[in-house]
This record gives sequence, structure tokens and C-alpha cells, in this order.
Amino acid sequence: MDFALSEEHRLVQQTARDFATREILPVASRLDAEHRFPAEIVRGLAELGLMGVMVPEEYGGAGMDNVAYVLAMEEVARACASTAAILSVNNSLVCDPILRYGTEPQKRRYLPVLASGREIGCYCLTEPQAGSDAASLQTTGRLDGDSWVLNGTKVFVTNAREAWVFIVYARTEPEPGARGISAFIVERDHPGISVGKVERKMGLLASSTCEVLLQDCRVPRDNLLGAPGEGFKVALSTLDGGRIGIAAQAVGIARAALEESVAYARERRQFGRPIAEFQAIQWKIADMATRIDAARLLTLRAAWLRDQGKRCTAEASMAKLFASETAMFAAHQGVQIFGGYGYIKDYPVERYFRDAKITEIYEGTSEIQRLVIARNLLA
Amino acid sequence: MDVVVCVKQVPDTEQPIRVRPDGGGVEEQGLNWILNYYDEHAVEEALRVREKHGGTVTVVCVGPARATEALRTALAMGADEAVHVQDPALDGADHLGVARVLAETIRQLRYDLVLCGRLATDDNASVVGPALAEYLGLPQATAISRLDISDGVAAVEREVEGGVEVLQVPLPAVFTVERTINEPRYPTLPGIMKAKRKEIRTLGLRDLGLEPGQVGAEAARVRYSRFDPPPRREAGRVVTPDSPEEGARLIAQFLQETAKVL
Amino acid sequence: MGSDVWVIADHAGGSPRRITLELLGKGRELADARGGRLVAVALGHPLDGLPRTLGEYGADAVLSVEHPHLRSYSTEAYTEVLSGIVRQRAPWLVMVPSTAWGRDCAPRLAARVGAGVVTDVEALWVQDGRLQARRPMYTRKVMGTVEYVGDGPHLAVVLPKVFAPAERREGRTADVEVVAVQVPEPRTRLVETRSLQRERVSLTEAEVVVSGGRGLRGPENFALLDALAAELGAAVGSSRPPVDSGWVPHDYEIGQTGKTVSPTVYIAVGISGAPQHLAGMSGSKYIVAINKDPNAPIFQVASLGVVGDLFQIVPKLTEEVRRLKAQG
Repeated sequence: MDFALSEEHRLVQQTARDFATREILPVASRLDAEHRFPAEIVRGLAELGLMGVMVPEEYGGAGMDNVAYVLAMEEVARACASTAAILSVNNSLVCDPILRYGTEPQKRRYLPVLASGREIGCYCLTEPQAGSDAASLQTTGRLDGDSWVLNGTKVFVTNAREAWVFIVYARTEPEPGARGISAFIVERDHPGISVGKVERKMGLLASSTCEVLLQDCRVPRDNLLGAPGEGFKVALSTLDGGRIGIAAQAVGIARAALEESVAYARERRQFGRPIAEFQAIQWKIADMATRIDAARLLTLRAAWLRDQGKRCTAEASMAKLFASETAMFAAHQGVQIFGGYGYIKDYPVERYFRDAKITEIYEGTSEIQRLVIARNLLA
Repeated sequence: MDVVVCVKQVPDTEQPIRVRPDGGGVEEQGLNWILNYYDEHAVEEALRVREKHGGTVTVVCVGPARATEALRTALAMGADEAVHVQDPALDGADHLGVARVLAETIRQLRYDLVLCGRLATDDNASVVGPALAEYLGLPQATAISRLDISDGVAAVEREVEGGVEVLQVPLPAVFTVERTINEPRYPTLPGIMKAKRKEIRTLGLRDLGLEPGQVGAEAARVRYSRFDPPPRREAGRVVTPDSPEEGARLIAQFLQETAKVL
Repeated sequence: MGSDVWVIADHAGGSPRRITLELLGKGRELADARGGRLVAVALGHPLDGLPRTLGEYGADAVLSVEHPHLRSYSTEAYTEVLSGIVRQRAPWLVMVPSTAWGRDCAPRLAARVGAGVVTDVEALWVQDGRLQARRPMYTRKVMGTVEYVGDGPHLAVVLPKVFAPAERREGRTADVEVVAVQVPEPRTRLVETRSLQRERVSLTEAEVVVSGGRGLRGPENFALLDALAAELGAAVGSSRPPVDSGWVPHDYEIGQTGKTVSPTVYIAVGISGAPQHLAGMSGSKYIVAINKDPNAPIFQVASLGVVGDLFQIVPKLTEEVRRLKAQG
């Protein structure tokens, strides 16, 4: 048993920390206030190799692993959860399935542009009527000559406004449920795909969350990702990795809340002494720190399992469940420690509070994670 | 142009640094060890020299086993080679001892230029660079904010009180760099992977032909005996003046008499 | 071994700079404690009345070294001359001012003569017969005590403004010894010394920082701070709200998400003193705060807090500073 990170993992952590601290942290609250997509930061992340952490070097990626990925995600999320969301989608939900299920020409066409950050990707699974019950999706795909024709509406698509690559799930077989679903790689330039409404939301304000409309969208036959009817398998395995990334994002948000709270508690004086001297505050800090550490360990273990090529569905769900609830807990405590100042926008803790909530929802709600975990034990 | 850069691994001082209760040092548990910021700028400058004039960049570090990581960071930034001098006999060495070890190490390398950070953010001493220049018998310039090389001569700028000195220094020479000299690049993930595959040469005192008595604790001419937290700021006074003029006068008087900045 | 205390003089135009007087002040005390002489060492060309002035500030003896190659500082010439006379005369302690040239020269001199050297010295004393120095480390988060080993010579590079300057007494004289030296032509050539244009003084290096907060109410009012800063030779910074409101550029920000500064004086104007801001400036030696609100947390860390209207106080303060400067 060895809890120490390898040298290269520590270097990745340090480089991500330095970049996040120097380049992202100073502008994070403004990105949030202005709802501005951090294009320049994304370019910087791409230069570091963080837009395609697990993409092999031959496809222009960094050729590293899930552990490196979650270490970097935590650092980026500590500075700005929106930026972490952009990073997470590109790495986990777009590069990863192309790498795992893509054909050689698909990998050659898409991975280098995605890993270099020249273009970013997005992931279109959820539909207005198909959220947690993703297998009930209604978008259709039918073969017409050399093209697939896709029709339907996707919602809550992170990055869609900026994306060039869309991973789209559609029903290609008549069977209901999971079996008839296939995955596609759609380019923004393909006819019939458009980005609809950009949602106004509670948090993650610097990343876009959009509706994606497919109206007789024609994509080349070769843009099927994986085998026909295999789409749901692609989706689920993609989400295993995605959930690990979200867990890391949640750990980062929680850590930000903790760090701000510690600094504030030391400086803020009430009743003639720093509030850090009050047990009420100390216990909050202790609970935050303990849960964050546990969440990080769960996350690293899930990442390590995935790197070993082992099944990690339950472990990924546990990490995501616990880390996201920890983020919410820590942000909640953080706002409380800051008191009135926690409620105003001069301090970042209210942003953490708004950003934390989504981690309990996207890529599977806490309820779905519990279902996955229980199924693993009871099935 | 072959450049040697001397680097040091230091605790990240953006995190809390606590003195051990016995005053014998700082609490090392939980410290985050990084490549000294000033050395990052030195590595960056070396890489720029290489990009412009060709040649190699070799990083050299004297320090314990953990310091390998600082070298790896420099390699990940793009340095070609790394040499790590570690020897238990160096515990308690002073800066002159370390400079001596660096000098003997660098003598074994090819170099046209030696760069160091202006200071290390742990002990803030600024001693090693000039001492190293002395041991190597090379000209020096400290705290430089600009470096241009042509025809074997370096034009450097260094900030002095109230101005900037422009010096012409024949190479080889030793320069210590100020943080204003450049904006260092980040080690990239592909760079880290590449650095992982590079070998770091490890040397001991014997490999350098040095004896512990020449450079170790025995040879040290200064030694730290105690560490204390900085004195706590004394509570000041808060006044409500009768007029703005009086307030202004009080402050001006404070600036002149107490703070002595006028 | 010797027991003399040497002070290497920093001077301009034939007069010692203030730091030289501070070193003479402390040097006197140490020389008396050690039972040695206080010796001032003056290098330059020409030195004019400097040796005599150094005597008036309490030096028992002055070593006067004049040579054309010493007209301006050069590492090689200074190291050559100083190492020669240190070796020959074996002082107990050599105090070097922490100036650009002092920091450049002292470590090299130490290496050449085999002396222990301590930089950034803020305190010097003798304990159990051994010379001790205290200095800040870890960007001032720790104070280290260093003990010199052996009987010397010891080198101390002393920070400005930590010791009280020696008093001048006219008529007090020192034995002035003119030291003849051979100084080889330095390999390094000083091309020019450009005086720094008074652009914006760098925040992290400034001795005085004037910083504004939400109390300034708008970007136009930063002109008040600019005027004060110009008189003080200070840098201008801000807390976070003015940056967030777009009144000043982002590089003004001091605090957790901005820069960390530790000037001699930090003048906080209309800054309430949120912890995030304090994190970036609490290392300042003195903090002066001007705020309307007597309960503003900034007053808890201020060395001097003035409760009042900044729009009235700051312009008056600028005038007052100008007046004091004019008096010299």
C-alpha cells in the first residue's frame, strides 16, 4: 500500500495548480459574473496538454492516465468550476469514447483537434423526457444511402455553444430501451444540427449549457461511433470515466470552500478574537476537511481502477456521490462561516455554493449513483 | 551556447510555514516542495538562450533525494540534462559549501553561461550565485532583468538603487536572475512524460573529488541556531481627529518619525 | 584574530548615504562590546571629504581607497580591493550595506577570503562570545538566528532602516589611512546607468504602497491616491472591489487573489479590511488606515488608524508630505 503520488503525477498536479492559481483564479469571479466562456484559459489548458490528458501522444494528446486527469481536474475546479466542467466534457465525454470506440480514421480526424484545444467537444445524451432514464431517449437515426439522418432534441448540453464535435445518441433500431441506441460523432458543419436555447442557470455560469436541435441532420455513414445498437454501452462506459472527473471537480470546489473558510476564520474577529478560536467554527472546518480527504481518496481509487483496466462502475459512482455531496456540504458550511459576507458576491463562497449543486445532478443524480451502487451489491 | 542552471527545491511559501515548537526548524510535514520561483525564471532564460543560439541546457541541484522533483520540473520545462548532487555529508553545509559543490559539479560540464535565481524563497540568502562565480573564477552580474548575448559577450541589465545598470560581461559568466527577466513557461503534460524518460545523473561528494570536511557542516562558517515566528504586530492606535488637517498631520508625522519613509 | 568592526561605506557625491550611518551606529556598539575599533572603509574615486565625514559619524579609523577603477562599482575591483585589505588586516566583523552592490559583492568576498556571510541582517548581537545575526526567511514568515563560527572575519549584509543612524559630531576625527592598491582593469564593463523613469513603481518592490478600496467610490478618485503616491514615491494598489468594479486594472489587486506585498508602509484608504485583503498585505511593517467606519476591521491591524473622510484627509496629507519633503 502506498498513498504517495508518483513523481509525474505530482508534477501534473503542480503544473495544474500553478496554472490554475496564476491564470484562472484571478479571473474566475469575473467569468462567473459576466457569464463569459474562458476561451483564452481553454487555450492555455490545451497548451499544457490538459484538453486531452488520456489521449495517447500519437493522437496529439498527453498520453497520461485517469489519476493525472483527476489531479488536474481538482486543481482547475478549485479555481473555477465552470472551467473544470469544460475540461471534463472534452476529456471524459468526448475524447474518451472516441478513443475507446472510435475507428482509426475517427481517432485521426478528431482526437488531435480536440486534444490540442483547436476545437472542443460536447456530449448529447439527455433529452427533455429522458434524463435519469436515458434509455428512453427518442432522438432517431436512420440510414439513408451513405448518411445517417438524425432527428430529435437534446438538452443540458455543456459546451454546445462553443463545440465543433458533438457526441450524439439516437435510437437506430426499433427496440425500446437501451438496446436500440447508437452513438454518433456529429460535426457542427454537418447539415441539420444547430444549437438552440442557451440555458440561464444557477451556477457554472462561465460554461454554456444548451439545447441541441437535430433536424434531418445528415452525418456520413462512417461517423457511427461503435457498433450499431451499442450506443448505450458506449454511454455507460463513458459515464464511468465522466463520473470520476465530476468527483474530482466536486473535490476541487469543496477544497476551495475549505481554503477560503480557513483563511477567513483566521482573520475574521468577533467577540474580540478570531472566529477560528470558536469550537463551532473548528468543527465545521474539521468536518469539511475530513470529508474532502475521504472524497479525494475515493476519487483517486476509482481513477486508479480505471487506469488498471478494471471495472469501476460502482467505485466511480461512490466517488461521484460522496464527492458531490461533500462539495455541497463544504460550500454550505463555507457560506455559514462567512456569515453575511458569504451571501454577497464580493466573496467567492456563494459561487462555490451555486457551482457545487450541479455536481449532485449531472452525469447521474445522487439518486442514480445510489441506484448504481446498490445494484452492484444486490444484483 | 551551453547553459548550466543551478536550481533549488524549496517549500511553497504561498502555503503556511510554521516553526517547530523547539525552534529547530520549520515543520516539514505537509509542505509542498516546488522548484524555487526564481530558478524557474533562470531555467526559462536558459531555454530562451538555447532557442536563440542553440546548444544545451543542463540543470544542477544540490539537495536531498526529494529534490529530484525540482530537476524533473526543469526537465519538463525543456531542459536537456540534469545532475543531482546528494550526499548525507552535506547536511549542515552553509551557502559557501553548497557553492563550492556546485562549482566542482559545473567544472565537469560544458558551459558558456551559468544561471541561478537571484534568491531562494526559503532562506532568501542570495549567496550561492556570487560565491559560485568566485569559485569558478568567472565574472558575474546579480539580479539581472535582461540578457542579450552576441559574439561571446552578454549585455545585461540589473536594477540598482534608482536606476538600471547596463553591463557588458564576457562569457563564460555567472548571472543571477530577477523575476522580471521573463515569464516562465509551464511544464506541459507531454513535457512531463518526456522528462520522465530522461535520466538524472546523481553524484556524491566523492565523485567531485571533495571531502566532507571541505564543504559539509564542519566547514560551515555560519549555522542556524534558532527559528522563530515573526513578531506579532503590536496593536496600533486608532484616532478620530478633529479635522482633516489634523488627521493628515498625524499620518505625515507617523510616516516621518516612526516609519521613516520621508 | 582581530577585533575591529568594519563598515563598508555606501556613498554618493562625497557624502555617506543613510545606510552607512546606520551601520556606523550599530558598528560602534559592537566594536565597543568587542573592544575593537570602528573602521569605515571608503572605496571610490574621488572620495573628497568622505573620510573626514565618516570620522564625524564616529569611525575611529577610515581606510580610504581611491582608484580610477573604483569610480563606479564593479564586482571584480571591489572584491579584489576588499579581499586584499581584509586578509591583511583581519577585522572581526565586516558590515556591508544591503544595496545592489553590497549584495553583489559580499558573498563573493566571503567566498574569496573564506568568511561566513549572512545577508538580510536585521539584528546583530554577541552571545557567549559569539556573533549572532537575525534575518527574515521564507518571505518573512520565519525569523532565523544565525551563529557565526570561528573568530572571523565575519560578513554581515545589513538591511536598511533596522538600526538607528549614528549621530554626527563636528570636530570628531578619525585616523584616515590612505591605502594604495593595484586594481586590474575589470573584465566587466559598465556601459551606462539609466535612471529609472518614474513610471509606475512596482507594487511588490515598493517601500510604500498606497491602496484604495470600495470607499473611493469610483475610478476617478484613484487620482487622489496617484497624487499622494507621487509625493511618497509609492506604488498604487487596491483591494478587490475596485478591480471587480473595473475602476482599476487587475494588476492593482492586493490580497488573496491578487498580489502579496510587504512594504515598509502600507496606506489603506477606504479599505474595510476583509480577510482576503489582509492576506495580501499583513506582512507590511507599518499599516496606516484611513476609513470612515470606526469599526472597520482594517483598524485592528493598523499601526495608525485615522477615522475620517478620505476625500478630505488624502489631499491634505499629500500637501503635508510635500511640505515636509521641502523642509528636507
